[in-house]
Amino acid sequence: MLLDVKGMQAGYGQTHVLHGLDFVVEEGGVTALLGANGAGKTTTLRAICGMVKTEGDVTFLGERITGRATEDIARRGLAHVPDGRGTFMELSVEENFRLGAYVRRDPDVRADFERMFEWFPRLKQRWRQQAGTLSGGEQQMLAIARALLLRPRLLLLDEPSFGLAPLIVQEIFGIMRRIREESGVGILLVEQNANLALELADRAYLLETGRIVVSGPAAEIREDEAVRRSYLGY
Amino acid sequence: MDGFAHQIIAGIATGGIYASVALALVMIYQATHHVNFAQGEMATLSTFIAWSMVEAGFPYWVAFAATVMLSFLIGVLVERLLMRPVQNAAVLTHVGVFIGLLLIVGNMTGWIFGYTTKVYPSPFTSSGPLMGGLISAHELGSTAVTLVVLTLVFLFFRYTSLGLAMRAAAYNPRSARLVGIRVGWMLALGWGLAAAIGAVAGMMVAPVVFLDPSMMTGILLYAFAGALIGGIDNPLGAVIGGFAVGVLENLAGAYVVGTELKLTVALAIIIGVLVIRPSGLLGRVVTSRV
Repeated sequence: MLLDVKGMQAGYGQTHVLHGLDFVVEEGGVTALLGANGAGKTTTLRAICGMVKTEGDVTFLGERITGRATEDIARRGLAHVPDGRGTFMELSVEENFRLGAYVRRDPDVRADFERMFEWFPRLKQRWRQQAGTLSGGEQQMLAIARALLLRPRLLLLDEPSFGLAPLIVQEIFGIMRRIREESGVGILLVEQNANLALELADRAYLLETGRIVVSGPAAEIREDEAVRRSYLGY
Repeated sequence: MDGFAHQIIAGIATGGIYASVALALVMIYQATHHVNFAQGEMATLSTFIAWSMVEAGFPYWVAFAATVMLSFLIGVLVERLLMRPVQNAAVLTHVGVFIGLLLIVGNMTGWIFGYTTKVYPSPFTSSGPLMGGLISAHELGSTAVTLVVLTLVFLFFRYTSLGLAMRAAAYNPRSARLVGIRVGWMLALGWGLAAAIGAVAGMMVAPVVFLDPSMMTGILLYAFAGALIGGIDNPLGAVIGGFAVGVLENLAGAYVVGTELKLTVALAIIIGVLVIRPSGLLGRVVTSRV
C-alpha cells in the first residue's frame, strides 16, 4: 500500500473542511477522488502533503508523515501538481525541469528529461521559453512533467482538466494513460469531471462535504445509480 | 577633457560599490519584498572586522577572505534569529525589525570600535600614475574586484542548481517546497550572500571615504537609488543602476551642484523614479497566460 489515510481532519483557521477521511491509494494505477465543488478534494491533497494544518494519520510508504514539512514529504517521493499548477512562471521550461529533479542525485535525470520529451513533445519545442508564456495546456503538461521528474512513488494531481479546452483535456488524459502504463507511479487524481476521471481510474472515492460517501472499483462506481445521476449526468 | 574623463572613470569606480550594495538590497527584496535598511550598517561592521584583523597583523587578502566568510555567517544568523520569527508578520513589523537592526548594528559597531575615523588600507598601490593619471590604482583595483564579485554572483544564480533553487524559493515558495527545496534555508543563504557582497563593497570603499561607523549611510542611499532605477526586483538592473548613479553623482558633483549637494542627487533620483516610473527603467515585466 502506497498511502494509507486514517481519520484525517483538516481545515483553514476555524473552519473544518475534512471530517475524518479514511482511504487508501494502492501501488501503481490511478485512484480518483471525486466530488462537487467545495467537497474538500483540494484540501485533501493539501493535507496529504502538509500544506494545511492536519490531524489524523497519513502513512506514506509505511511511514507516518502527518505534520511533517512539505519539502520533507516531497523528498520522500510524493509529488503534487497543485491547483493553479505550481509551475515557476518566471523561469524557463528548462529551469522548471531542473527544479523538478532538484533533490535527485542519481545519474538518470538526463534520461528522465528525454522520457518527458517523449510524453510531452511540445515541451521540448518550448525548452528555452519562459513558462508564463506557455498556453494553458502546455503549462499543465509542464506541471505534470515537473512533478514526475521528482521520480515520485505517488503523484497527486489536482484537476488537470481545469480551465482547458476539451481537445487539450483529451490530449492530457491520453498522455496520463501512457504514463500509467509506462511508469508505474501511483496516481491520486482529483477531478470534477467524473466521467473523465472514471475512464482512467481503477478505484474511486466520492467525497461529499468533507466525508467519503462511496468507494469502490471505478467500473462499479460508474454503474452506481446515485453516483450516475448526481455526478455523471446520465 | 581629461578632467571630464576622470570624473566618469571615478564615477564608475564608486558606481561599482553602489552596484554591489544595490544587488545586496535586491537579493533580500526579491525574497522578502522588503528593503533591508540595515544592509549598509552590516557592511560597515564587516569592514571594521576586516580592519581589526589587518591591525592585528594579518595579510590584507587573508583578512579580506575571512571577513567575507564571517559576514556570510552573520547574514545567515540575522535571518535565522531575527527575521525568521517575524516572517509572517505585517509589513510594519518588518520595517520595525529592519530599523532596529540598523540601530543595533550601527551603535554596536561604534561601541566596539569607537567613533574616530580610521584609515583603511588599499591593497592596490602603484609607483606611478596609470593611464596618464586618468585612474588611480585603487579605483582600477576596486572596480576589478567589484566586477569579479558581480560576475561570480551572476554565474552562481544562472548556472548552479543551488542558485536556481534560491531563485525558485524567492519567486514561488509554495511550489519550491513541492519540489523539495528547503525554502527557509534558501532565505538564510540569500541573507548570507547579501551580507558577504556588502562586506566586499565596504572594504573596497573604506580606503576612499575612510572608516567610521556611519561610513555606509550615504552609500546605502545611492545604492537604493541605483536599485530603484534598475527596478527593485531586477538584479541586473540594480547593478546597471548602481553604476549609472555613480557616474551621475560624480558628474553632478563636479559640474552642476558641487560636492556638498551630491547626496541630494540620490534623493532626487529616488523620488523621481518613484513618481515617474515606480517599476524602474529596467523593471522586469512578467507575461503570464492562464
